Amino acid sequence: MGCGAGLQGFGAVEAARRGSEMMSAAPRRTALPEPGLRVDGETLAGTKSQVEPLELELIERVLRGRHEAFRELVRPCEHAVFMATQAILKNEADAEDAAQDAILKAFTNLATFRGDSKFSTWLVRIATNEALMKLRKERRHKLHDSLDDGREDDNGNYVPRDFADWREIPSEALQTKELRQALSWALASLTPKHREVLVLRDVQHFTIEETATRLGIGKSAVKIRLLRARLQMRDALAPGMDGSWSTGRREHKQVRPW
Amino acid sequence: MVIEISCEEVWREVSNYLDDEITPELRARMREHFKGCKHCTAVLDGTRNVVRLVGDAKAFVLPAGFSDRLYQKLERKLSKDGRL
Repeated sequence: MGCGAGLQGFGAVEAARRGSEMMSAAPRRTALPEPGLRVDGETLAGTKSQVEPLELELIERVLRGRHEAFRELVRPCEHAVFMATQAILKNEADAEDAAQDAILKAFTNLATFRGDSKFSTWLVRIATNEALMKLRKERRHKLHDSLDDGREDDNGNYVPRDFADWREIPSEALQTKELRQALSWALASLTPKHREVLVLRDVQHFTIEETATRLGIGKSAVKIRLLRARLQMRDALAPGMDGSWSTGRREHKQVRPW
Repeated sequence: MVIEISCEEVWREVSNYLDDEITPELRARMREHFKGCKHCTAVLDGTRNVVRLVGDAKAFVLPAGFSDRLYQKLERKLSKDGRL
């Protein structure tokens, strides 16, 4: 990710924010999904900024009305933002919409960026929340959740579909469109509640505790959903016993391009 | 002496095993089990592969024209709102 970490006082951003308020109407204080993102004069003092000097300068420029600087600020983070939304939403067009909405929201609310995390972290958080909101909306519109038909034993535990040995797939293989497509289909085959846990934990690398907090569920619920999600992903992606793709009934698509 | 563990118990804990969310005692029992059980080893390796692949930034590529569409949208918004 191009938006690297760095330590820098936050005063300049705050000063720029105040300056921009004087120059134009007060920036909109649209409620962002993360309470910590709102400007709070009390807590700002003493906040150790994680913003890089270049980022800081760009943020100041944007807040002073030099809007073209926003492009430079966001460009290194575009991939991370799209990755966050694509992993959560099933199709690319929805993911792009969510990513764009998140970036526009970040633009509108730039003055509320507190600088206690990297700019990219803040932006990815907004994107994740945007995608999760869309996902939940989508879920409400459906009569049924997406497929959730992994085999279960009598105690409700997920039983792996097959036990084929799965050789390690090199990271370079992800350059093939087929493998990326396979991953995306496998992700799409998870129910929203399993997908969101897997995405926060394994795609975005939040800890189990952070994932629990973000979703408002307990750590043990995260672990249970994560287990199910990972095993289902494995079943959707692992080669069958004989090396061919299994033709599962209605559950997982045959998504194994290797 | 490590107490044996069943395949079902191993499947239940395989994700926690990867996240190191289990006791050293359970880890030792599972490790012992993997030595003698090809099926569970395959489940472990496959699950580890899943975690590694979905966590790889290369798994997601920006669609062509993403940036152009984004900044067009931003410009439309700016010309509409006129300010931040």
